[in-house]
Amino acid sequence: MSHLRDLYQEVILDHSKSPRNFSELCDANRKADGHNPLCGDKVTVYLKLNDGMVEDVSFTGVGCAISTASASLMTQAVKGKSLAAANELFNRFHGLVTGKIDEEQNLGELVVFQGVSEFPVRVKCATLAWHTLQSALEKAEGSISKE
Amino acid sequence: MPAADLRLPERAGLDVEQIRRDFPILREKVNDNPLVYLDNAATAQKPQVVIDAIQQYYQSYNSNIHRGVHHLSQQATEAYEKARVKAQRLLNAPESREIIFVRSTTEAINLVAQTYGRKHLQAGDEVLISAMEHHSNIVPWQMICQEKEARLRVIPINDKGELLLEEFERLLNERTRVVAVTHVSNALGTINPIEQIIEKAHQYDAVVVIDGAQAAPHMALDVQALDCDFYAFSGHKFYGPTGVGILYGKGDLLDSLPPYQGGGEMILSVSFEKTTYNVVPHKFEAGTPNIVGGIALGAAIDYVNEVGLENIGPYEDELFGYATEQLSQFSELKIIGTAELKASIISFVMDGIHAHDAGTILDQDGIAVRTGHHCAQPVMDHFQVPATSRASFAFYNTKEEVDILVQGIRKVIEVFK
Repeated sequence: MSHLRDLYQEVILDHSKSPRNFSELCDANRKADGHNPLCGDKVTVYLKLNDGMVEDVSFTGVGCAISTASASLMTQAVKGKSLAAANELFNRFHGLVTGKIDEEQNLGELVVFQGVSEFPVRVKCATLAWHTLQSALEKAEGSISKE
Repeated sequence: MPAADLRLPERAGLDVEQIRRDFPILREKVNDNPLVYLDNAATAQKPQVVIDAIQQYYQSYNSNIHRGVHHLSQQATEAYEKARVKAQRLLNAPESREIIFVRSTTEAINLVAQTYGRKHLQAGDEVLISAMEHHSNIVPWQMICQEKEARLRVIPINDKGELLLEEFERLLNERTRVVAVTHVSNALGTINPIEQIIEKAHQYDAVVVIDGAQAAPHMALDVQALDCDFYAFSGHKFYGPTGVGILYGKGDLLDSLPPYQGGGEMILSVSFEKTTYNVVPHKFEAGTPNIVGGIALGAAIDYVNEVGLENIGPYEDELFGYATEQLSQFSELKIIGTAELKASIISFVMDGIHAHDAGTILDQDGIAVRTGHHCAQPVMDHFQVPATSRASFAFYNTKEEVDILVQGIRKVIEVFK
């Protein structure tokens, strides 16, 4: 059960049951769809970018607890950040869930996803929203498929 | 090759403990727990006799077939062709030449679509499939229909996951050239009334292609009694190796079709001006085939025959009944696919819990279930679920394993409480 509790921490369960920023963003100026064709998880990330800053961000979609919680916590983490800072955060987050870094590295609440590194097949769940965010940051409109 | 050590049961039924000893993988541990393998609809485990057949081929008579005059080639050819006869008898096909070795059920359906479809489909013709098909019985037909400007039509299902036969009859017409349906649904477990489907389709001279991937390992088959035109199944779901499958086709139909792929084996003579094709089945078996796969599938067929499909069916039915009853006790769990006639497949969803989370938690206890859309996205769409968890049973599974699954589901619920 200990591994499982590492994976399904209270914060993750909370965000999966009550995802934050879970709606369309009416005044979004960037949007991207992410889809994992293997498991069927779908996420749409809406961004309002202003002067190189993530002024607002939200998401919609269906997915497992890990992917939903990850999307939810991601929106909280990147709101108010610059594009460069958001990208940089993703790099560190990716390192965390793939077990390449085991330090907190200023990841804040995102550190609850450390347990994912014990479950390699679930890494794609934790990163789907982030890949989609990246796609939204890179271009005005688009759909990505990850792994 | 050691024969399967199977004591004949004194009464109808199976000696499951003995059978489990025939499958070495069932002694494996997963996450420190005994493996509880309930993903048989994805692929079945292999008995020792199948593993031995593979090793024996490579160790003592590895050779190409239908070619050399040397001893090993003859031995390999004989073993491979014997396997063809075993598959013929399994399906009660009239002739062994009606058994074509393919890679998988998927390839079998592609073969029919690309030969029969290419030759006979014309603009405006119709191909009928069902709403519960695996992607492998959808996409090959979409491809050929697109090419030929033919129309792909879909027989709908009801909310229990049963085909609507009246709708099927309404859809049939003079333009219907092919009816391609699954015998047993991989995502729902539904057993389709293929006898009726075949009979009705033949009234309109449509050929019928049956995807038997989920049926062949679990029930006795008779393609002559069914009168189907094509029947396909996979070796690896039949306790044999991956990379080999069987396509049965009526002999005269196969004779009339163009080849599927070009190459060696499928020819009688080749010059740069003209090639004369080989006879059936070789016409459809271009290139060196999966020789060891065919031979090992033959060993799997022998093994299943020794256990007896007449014993396997009732045992799996009982296990399935017990599992359905046990899983039905959870108010948080809903079974998707509640047809009157079902094979031993249970797809389910849980309130507020995604299938992948359930699958990960069950895996911690060594329980292997499939989670996802089961390559049947239209089925998921019909039931408006993104994914399901699926437990599928084989004759080596036990009620004790069902109990472990039930405990695992309790744990899933507890984690998400």
